[in-house]
Amino acid sequence: MPKYSLFVNGKTLQAEADADTPLLWVLRDHLNLVGTKFGCGVAQCGACTVHMNDVPLRSCSLPISAVGLNKIVTIEGLSEKGDHPLQKAWEELDVAQCGYCQAGQIMAAAALLKKIPNPTDKDIDDNISNICRCGTQVRIRKAIHVAAKKQVK
Amino acid sequence: MKQELTRRNFLRVSAITGGGMMLSLSFLNNTANAETVADTAFSPNVYIKIGTDGSIVIMAPNPEIGQGVKTSLPMIVAEELCVDWKKVTVELAPLQAGFGRQTAGGSGSVRGRFTDLRKAGATAREMLVAAAAQTWNVPVAECMAEDGVVTHKSSGKKLAYGDLAAKAATLEVPKNPTLKETKDFKFLGTRVKDVDAYKIVTGQPLYGIDTRKEGMMYAMVARPPAYGKTLGSVDDTAALKVNGVKQVVKLKNSVAVVATSTWAAKKGREALVIQWEAKEKLENSAEHFAAFKEMIEKGTNPSRTDGDWEAAKQKASKFLDVTYELPTLSHGQMEPLNFYANVQDGKAELFGPTQVPDSVRKQVAEQLKIAEDKITISSPRQGGGFGRKLMTDNGVEAALISAAAKCPVQVQWTREDDMQNDFYRPAEMYRYRAALTADKLLAWHQSGVGIGRAIRGDSYVAGAIENYKAEGQGLKSNTPTGWWRAPGANTLAFVAESFMDEVCSELKVDPVAYRLQLFEAAKQKPVGKLDYNPDKYKSVVELVAKMSNWGTKTPGVFRGFATWFSFNTYVAQVVDIKLEKGKPKIVKVYCAVNCGRVINLSGAENQIQGAVVDGICHAMFPKVTFVNGAVVEKNFYSYSMLKIKDAPLDVVVQFVPSEEAPTGLGEPALPPIAAALSSAIFAATGKRIRKMPFAEQLV
Repeated sequence: MPKYSLFVNGKTLQAEADADTPLLWVLRDHLNLVGTKFGCGVAQCGACTVHMNDVPLRSCSLPISAVGLNKIVTIEGLSEKGDHPLQKAWEELDVAQCGYCQAGQIMAAAALLKKIPNPTDKDIDDNISNICRCGTQVRIRKAIHVAAKKQVK
Repeated sequence: MKQELTRRNFLRVSAITGGGMMLSLSFLNNTANAETVADTAFSPNVYIKIGTDGSIVIMAPNPEIGQGVKTSLPMIVAEELCVDWKKVTVELAPLQAGFGRQTAGGSGSVRGRFTDLRKAGATAREMLVAAAAQTWNVPVAECMAEDGVVTHKSSGKKLAYGDLAAKAATLEVPKNPTLKETKDFKFLGTRVKDVDAYKIVTGQPLYGIDTRKEGMMYAMVARPPAYGKTLGSVDDTAALKVNGVKQVVKLKNSVAVVATSTWAAKKGREALVIQWEAKEKLENSAEHFAAFKEMIEKGTNPSRTDGDWEAAKQKASKFLDVTYELPTLSHGQMEPLNFYANVQDGKAELFGPTQVPDSVRKQVAEQLKIAEDKITISSPRQGGGFGRKLMTDNGVEAALISAAAKCPVQVQWTREDDMQNDFYRPAEMYRYRAALTADKLLAWHQSGVGIGRAIRGDSYVAGAIENYKAEGQGLKSNTPTGWWRAPGANTLAFVAESFMDEVCSELKVDPVAYRLQLFEAAKQKPVGKLDYNPDKYKSVVELVAKMSNWGTKTPGVFRGFATWFSFNTYVAQVVDIKLEKGKPKIVKVYCAVNCGRVINLSGAENQIQGAVVDGICHAMFPKVTFVNGAVVEKNFYSYSMLKIKDAPLDVVVQFVPSEEAPTGLGEPALPPIAAALSSAIFAATGKRIRKMPFAEQLV
């Protein structure tokens, strides 16, 4: 199997995997970064969202051979102590129910806040398309607004 | 302070709690946070462990599937125990004797355990207080417990639970501890965030899919591609050549590929050459609905008859006669099914998502001929349940594969596997008829048919009107059905409440006022058996009317109302929509709930908001279609789920203040929302939507 160097959460890491292995499974099975979740495998649900060069990416649909040394950030690397404004807002508003999709939701929201620091409801509608069957969307929206305000402070 | 678990220390804990199960849990599971356990000195029952260092562990006995019981159940213990919640560590209990019914289903965890968990907490508190009283040589009545400290009221002397633990452990366990007066509750009913909130937002391993064990292999399973097909010949030559594939294991009706990674297992599965043989009829959804229509026309089996429908018809000046259709649905829980199993030397270790660990253990014992006491099973936090994991197939399958492959395995399902191998919310069709005069509903006739089971008929409007008839019948099918969030109620509430709105329109009455009138009639002069409490129904209808200022009009905003009772809980909802380019945009939902006492206000509100959004999602978007036994919608690109743009901007929730014991919360807010939404769409467009998914009707 070919060997790849990846730049994940500020570190260069090695993985030996078939060229077509999606980044998601490299993170989960080879690098033991299991915070990034598998939900559909076809870039629909967003549970596997990571950042590549600060842009949100559905990691289930990008093969390792295409990742190169682009800067990858996963939920484990979003902040050092779990104190990103979104993480704090998510806790404060008690957003999660089952919690499974929330890492992907937070990563999608973090990419949005990088692009638009104080998003409107329409910005949220246009940029977040992750699925949550528990139905936490109402609290997710509120948490994004709360986090945007925290960022300004 | 907590200390790392050492083997010696752990054995001590196990000895105190009276079981060896905890030991296997901690080594099996790297995700359930069982590594840190207090240096237990006092454990009067399975729920509570108190260390000499003052650390407190409370066990959450039921599976956590997103309904919040890992937080709410220990809260009940903590209230009676009188401890500072911030100092409590919560752990999910393994399946173990002493924990009672360890099931997640029927919105039953809190309502089923409220009293027992209070007793568990009160027992420990009483013994700690007694230990303090003995230490000080004062009467128990002069001592009080608060925030993990016992105080002698007159002298002000204090002892912390940690200091009392060793002595308390020597005392006799009281059989009937005195429970707190409910008016003295300080903690229950407050807002408490989920105990795993930090771990969730930082992506720590918490779920079955995150299980990583020494020597563990990854497996994927090729199962029949259609209902009615069974396994024929298998050629695994190419599969075994795939990088990382170690073994191919043939089961009764499926083939498992065991590999060194999930991706290798998936590629190995794709390389299998399997002949699937059609042994039964390959069914189609279109045929199901054609059969439903025929069944309804022929007449089905009456389940309730009050008064005389035929006689009432003769007096009517108007009739309504309409048909509703609801599609098959998949569970679509976000964590695709998976399970870890290690079967060796006549023993089995099982770990994974299930709502019924006890049933999984029983079936594994049966199928592998292993004694139940040689099987350990526990569950991590689960990425949704919604009834899917009341079925045991994922756990049992993993055990069979581990036994055959002779190694520990994690079996991982793909979304396509989940879609094709579900136990679906059955498709249903209803015909509703009403006989009316200009200002009165004389009679109501409901016929409901669906795959698998007949539809029950005791819910309101039964009991409130003189002439009522319900009938139904199930259609035999080889497409499997099961429980799906608020089973029965999730479809019945839509059709019955949508029809009620049609009746209100026809009678030109206010839908809220008319419901209140019906409940008053049911209260004053119930017709036949009354399956609900009219006063509680009224309590939520009145509250939601107040919350939403029902009766006032906002330009451009259209409203719908519905109410339903399920799992002993009463819910009433008002939904406000706008039209954007002719399509409904949900602005706000008001929801009033009567569920007895609320345990965790944040969690309870979250369940209600979530059920409302979940109900909107499944009214609007997804459906499962069978063609020749195969599911057409194979993944979320065609099995459409709600996105944040489709969700209401706000769901306002209020609970009717209540001193009664808690009732169900995970499900009851889902059933009425679809009817409230369809009524709002009618108010906005004049179009009645009688078929789900609504989005297809709104094109």
